[in-house]
Amino acid sequence: MIIDHDVVVLGAGLAGMRAALETARAGADVAIVTKVHPIRSHSNAAQGGINAAIGEGDSWESHAFDTIKGSDYLADQDAVEVMCREAPADIIEFEHMGVIFYRDENGKLGTRAFGGASQARTYFVGDITGQALLVTLYDQILKAGVKVYEEWFATSLYVEDGACRGLVALELITGELHFLRAKAVINCAGGLGRVFEPSTNAMICTGDGYALAYRAGAPLMDMEMVQYHPTTLAGSGFLMTEAARGEGAYLINAKGERFLKDYAPNKMELAARDVISRAEATEIEKGNGVDGCVLLDLRHLGPDIVLKKLPQIHEMAIDYLGIDMLKEPVPVRPGMHYQMGGIKTDINGATPLPGLYAAGEVACVSVHGGNRLGANSLLDTIVFGRRAGRAAAAYVKTVTPTRRSTAILKSEQERIDELLARPYTGETHARLRLELATLMDKNVGVYRNEAGLREALAKIRDLKERYGRLAVGDKGRVFNQALQFALEVGYMLDCAETIVLGALERKESRGAQARTDFPERNDAEWLKHILVKYRPGEAPELSYSPVKITNWQPEARVY
Amino acid sequence: MQFTIEVGRYNPEGRYADSAIPGEPFPPPWDRAVPRRYQTYVVELPEHAVVLDALIAIREQQDESLALRCACRSAICGSCAMWINGHAQLACKSKLREFTKNGKTRVEAPPSMPVIRDLVTDMTPFWRKHARVRPWLENKPLPAGPMEEYTVPNEAMEELLQEVSCISCGACLMDCESFAVNKDFLGPQALAKAYRYVADPRDARHRTRLAELSDRHGVWDCTHCYECVQQCPKGVAPLEQILKLRRLAVEAGFTDNPGARHARAFAASVEHSGRLNELTLMPKSVGLFNVVGQLKTLPSAINMARAGKLPPLKHTKIPGVKRIRAIFERVGGRPK
Repeated sequence: MIIDHDVVVLGAGLAGMRAALETARAGADVAIVTKVHPIRSHSNAAQGGINAAIGEGDSWESHAFDTIKGSDYLADQDAVEVMCREAPADIIEFEHMGVIFYRDENGKLGTRAFGGASQARTYFVGDITGQALLVTLYDQILKAGVKVYEEWFATSLYVEDGACRGLVALELITGELHFLRAKAVINCAGGLGRVFEPSTNAMICTGDGYALAYRAGAPLMDMEMVQYHPTTLAGSGFLMTEAARGEGAYLINAKGERFLKDYAPNKMELAARDVISRAEATEIEKGNGVDGCVLLDLRHLGPDIVLKKLPQIHEMAIDYLGIDMLKEPVPVRPGMHYQMGGIKTDINGATPLPGLYAAGEVACVSVHGGNRLGANSLLDTIVFGRRAGRAAAAYVKTVTPTRRSTAILKSEQERIDELLARPYTGETHARLRLELATLMDKNVGVYRNEAGLREALAKIRDLKERYGRLAVGDKGRVFNQALQFALEVGYMLDCAETIVLGALERKESRGAQARTDFPERNDAEWLKHILVKYRPGEAPELSYSPVKITNWQPEARVY
Repeated sequence: MQFTIEVGRYNPEGRYADSAIPGEPFPPPWDRAVPRRYQTYVVELPEHAVVLDALIAIREQQDESLALRCACRSAICGSCAMWINGHAQLACKSKLREFTKNGKTRVEAPPSMPVIRDLVTDMTPFWRKHARVRPWLENKPLPAGPMEEYTVPNEAMEELLQEVSCISCGACLMDCESFAVNKDFLGPQALAKAYRYVADPRDARHRTRLAELSDRHGVWDCTHCYECVQQCPKGVAPLEQILKLRRLAVEAGFTDNPGARHARAFAASVEHSGRLNELTLMPKSVGLFNVVGQLKTLPSAINMARAGKLPPLKHTKIPGVKRIRAIFERVGGRPK
């Protein structure tokens, strides 16, 4: 089927729905394409809260400085300024939409403390802030009557005369391919956690948006900046929100010491995430861990705080480890959590590829630089989702309709038919994914070095070669998930390659990139972004772009 | 540890893996019966593994054609609600050990909803109900300041937190007894969602919402079977929210409907004689002068009579009815 819209939004998480809502408000004809129902989007897993400098004594400048320091000075400061200036209005808008933010004793919005922040400026709903925002925004989408193509899986972006003019998607329920023609596409397809094993991310976070944009010719930026969250549950790798530490929880080692006194004596448990994750990895390496973990201790907080403000993680520790955190500390370890890098965009979400916009985790504006502060990602999605929606709506007014070629539908169908027709060779999507993801965790984790990265790159290229022989174990049309997963593994391989290329290229330690062979930050050479661009049939092209500095000169980063 | 999983397979294209074993027909009494068969898999997993671990292991290592929805694996996204041993559960929250009965765990799409394939349920009925309660805030006048939030006590927000914890997995609707016989019933999730907006001090549609919810297929169609409370994986307890809605609706004066009349007649009868007068309950609920409505209940009455379930024609008070009345006085009299 061929369907026409002014703007097609890919992904229905917070960024996607916010972008669609804004596009609709601006009067453009917009539709959302999403591979899962909007409510299943991974924004729902954000627990701790959303940052904004609203309170008395706080300022957007302070929020911006904390964000920039947190980013290890790799963030573009003009973008950070935009985000921190506009944060209060966006939070208030969500309050007016009905989000049940926590209130102080005066009935006004109340805050909690969060890592890397000089003020308590995190607004929250228990430990389900992302879910509370997502549900409210979904209901706004219903109210606005935005068209949503649910369980449609994007297979490629359509580029015509050097501009993005739509996408092709597989309707999972029927197995039919559709061509959504548009004047602009806003890519809000979310993160790539499945490239790493374990990861806090859902199984749907397979890097689709990065790979689709990359293959269409949009450069990816800062891809080496992969955040390891300091507190992920032993075994399953599920997220234990930073809000636990915001509410006062301790991190202790096997000896019962709050070991952060040796790493971040001022901020202790509320230092930036990369700092704490490295401290934990070092502590475990030194033999002070407990079965490869450190311990998150909430016992002193008492049931009132834990059960009222952190009920979800309390329940998860019981469900998946059988540990009641009121009585026992919980074993946690650093785990892959977030991709700071992504599709390069300007402060309006526009990518270097005309007609393609991006927002949310898949985009790199860049406001997070080398390390994202907790509770800045929800903010990123709603500020830049809104801005991308507005910019795309304005852009489509200047665009004439496409040449209406439908060749892409045929070529995509042939690609899928070829994949389905392949004979069984022993290569399965699950095996390739697991090999890739464990490799990434081992070689491209908290600490990296040249040898490990080179090995990873060689293995990824080997996996790519094997991917050419991958067969799909389901030949049906209706809800053929094996086909979907096979395509996703292709996306993940592209993502992994760009991550490793960036990590190899950046010969310094900054933010989440900690090179044991280059342990210092090197502003003279590396205060710049690394861009990776796809070239068909050739090795990817690397280039640089300068970091925008407005008010804050790089200085030593101490917590 | 070894676990045996019996999976209800359904494929509208009629293709199954070769190893599939012909199974039983879809369990009655549901009207959406579709052909399916059960296929048995054996998986090796740690003893604390959940049903979802088993299903993923099957899909990844044994049978790529098994279709199911899942995303977060930690009871946040709401994707994996399905029937496990005959009740709606989240597969990611159900420990295999606890759900092994007679050496196996049976997993299937709930028969109360249409099936797309295998364990993938068509959630359209669920989302339609959700949308029917107009699940968005209709704002009271916005605060005066340009950058000002509504001033509301935190307790008012905490009151809504129980519903906001809902992950829309649909387990409540899948096992709802009232939905099983009336597809138009709004259902537990949508009604809980409705309560979330009715009870929001920032909402301007409070009365209109209560009026709509008192109408057909609304709050009074719940039969208190408690399945939704039992199955909800997040403690939303939809029935509790429904009961709050009923109370608010009656207090707001929406009493001219069978549900409210039924509740009133029920309470009045118990207060008067310590037991139900079932002969007068139905006329009082339908409306004393509603002859058509009363005639509609006739077939049920005849069936009941045939089955020997007709109430005694002479209604008597129980001994010690005064003590029952004392209870009514203690809790504040009968509802108006």
